[in-house]
Amino acid sequence: MKPRYSVFSLARNAMNYHKDWERAWRSPAPKKEYDAVIVGAGGHGLATAYYLAKNHKMTNIAVVEKGWLGGGNTGRNTTIIRSNYLQDPSIAIYELARSLYEDLSQELNYNVMFSPRGVLMLCQTQHEFRAFQRTAHANRLAGLDCRMVTPQEVKEIVPIINDDPNCRYPILGAYYQPRGGTGRHDAVAWGYARGADAMGVDIIQNCEVTGIQREGSQAAGLETTRGVIRTRKIGVVTAGHVSTIMDMAGVRMPIESQCLQALVSEPIKPVIDCVVMANTVHGYMSQSDKGELVIGGGTDPYNNYSQRGSFPALEHTVAALVETFPIISRLRMLRMWGGIVDMTGDRSPIISRTPVEGLYVNCGWGTGGFKAIPGSGWVFADTIANDRPHPIAEPFGLNRFEEGRLIDESVAAAVAH
Amino acid sequence: MLVVKCPVCGAEGDETDFHAGGQAHVRRPATCDPAHVTDAEQRDYLFIRINPRGLHFERWRCDRGCGKWFHAARDTVTMEFKAFYGITELPPMDVIAQAKGQWAEYFAKRLGAERSRETGA
Repeated sequence: MKPRYSVFSLARNAMNYHKDWERAWRSPAPKKEYDAVIVGAGGHGLATAYYLAKNHKMTNIAVVEKGWLGGGNTGRNTTIIRSNYLQDPSIAIYELARSLYEDLSQELNYNVMFSPRGVLMLCQTQHEFRAFQRTAHANRLAGLDCRMVTPQEVKEIVPIINDDPNCRYPILGAYYQPRGGTGRHDAVAWGYARGADAMGVDIIQNCEVTGIQREGSQAAGLETTRGVIRTRKIGVVTAGHVSTIMDMAGVRMPIESQCLQALVSEPIKPVIDCVVMANTVHGYMSQSDKGELVIGGGTDPYNNYSQRGSFPALEHTVAALVETFPIISRLRMLRMWGGIVDMTGDRSPIISRTPVEGLYVNCGWGTGGFKAIPGSGWVFADTIANDRPHPIAEPFGLNRFEEGRLIDESVAAAVAH
Repeated sequence: MLVVKCPVCGAEGDETDFHAGGQAHVRRPATCDPAHVTDAEQRDYLFIRINPRGLHFERWRCDRGCGKWFHAARDTVTMEFKAFYGITELPPMDVIAQAKGQWAEYFAKRLGAERSRETGA
C-alpha cells in the first residue's frame, strides 16, 4: 500500500526537503501475459484500468502507451466538465462522469482540483435560445440541476461580458449548469495512474502497439515495440489514433481524426469565475487558477494527425471571444497547441464490443472527452470485465451505425462543434 | 495554413478560400443498385471512413473561385498536397503507387475493375 497524501505527509516531507517522496507509479517491464490490456494511457484508458482493478478485481492487467501517460488529448483539452446534453443516453453517461468527479479527489487521494464553478452557455440568436430552452427542459426531466437565466443575470455572473443589445449577436439569455465547471486535466490522469498502480496494474509507457494477434475470431495478444504481450481481452482507448490500431485487427471505424486547438493568454487577475461557452460565434473561455484565460473553439475541417492546427481556426475563435469579451482584445496569448480528436458521424462516442471476440473499443469522444473520463472508464471497465455492454454503454455500440439508431448530438446538443 | 490549387479553374488560395469536403471516392450504393442495399453497405457509405495516418484522398470545393468540386491527395501528417485532380478522375498513377493500407486496397480493386471493363468491351 502506498503512503497516503495528506497535510501530515506534506509536513513530514517538508522537513526532509522533499527528498523522500515515493514515485507515484512504477515503470515495470511488460509481463508475457495479462488478463486484460488497455491500449492508451490517457484519462479514459487509465480510468478503465482503475475501475477494472477496483470494481471488478482484475489486477493482472496492463496499460500500454506509446508516449507518456496523459500526453495526448488528456493534457491538451480545456478541462471543461458539464453534462447538459439533450439525448437521454448522453445525459446518463456524462452525468455519471460529472457526479464521479465530485468526490474523485477523495476517491483517488489525489487532488484533481474539480471546481464546480458553473457553466454558462450563451444564447445569441432566437433559435439558439429556444434550442437551449428545450435542452433545459430535457435536462430537468432527467434530474439535472440547471436553469435558464436572463441577460441581466448573465451580466451579474460574468461582468466582463459585452451586453450591448445592438451588437451582431446580442446576449438573449443563457443556459446555466451551476454544478459544471473545470478540473485539473493532468491530475486526473496522474491520480488514476497512481490509484491503478497501487492495486497492481502495470502501466507501461514508451510501448507502441504494432500489431494485434488473433486466433480465429478471438483476440490473442498485442505485438508491441517491447515484445509480444499475450492477452484475451484488449481495450483500445486511443482517441485520434483509434482507426490505425483497429485497422491492425481488421475492424474499420466510423471515425475521422481532426485537429482541435486551444490556447491560453498571459496570466491576469481574476475576471471570470465560471465557464462561458458562446456556440453561435464559436468559442469558449474560462480562467485557470494561475490566471490564464483558457480558450477553445472548433476543429479544423479536414483530417490531421500532426497535432498542429491551422491558423484560420484560431483566428476565428479569438475573433469570436473578443466580440463577446471586449476587455481581452489587448491580451497576449502565451501558448497554443492542438490535439487529434476522433469524430464520429453523430458526434457521440463509441463504447463497444467489436466483431473480434475479446477486442473492445472506447473512442469517438471527439471534442468533449475530458468531462466524461470517470464515467467512460466506469462503464467500459464493466463492459470488458463482463463481456457485455454496461446498460449506460449499450446505446453507444458500434452497431448503431448499421441500425440507424444514432445518438444525434451533432445538431441536438449544446456542443460547440 | 494549407495552400490549395483548383484543378478546374486554376485558382490558388489558402484553405479559407476552399471548402474541405471529406473523404474522396465514396460511392453511394443506392445509385448503383437501389434494390439491393444492405444495412452494412449503407453504414459504410454514410459513416465508415478511411482515416489514414499519411497519404489521404479528399474532396474539396473551390468556394471563392469556380465553385466546382474536385479531388486532392494530401498527407495527413506533413499536410503536404501531393496532387489535385478532377472530380471524375483517379489520382495520378505515381500518387496511387504511394497509397498504403485501405487506400491501396481500394485503388487496386478500382483499377482492376476498370481494366476488366476495358478488356470486356
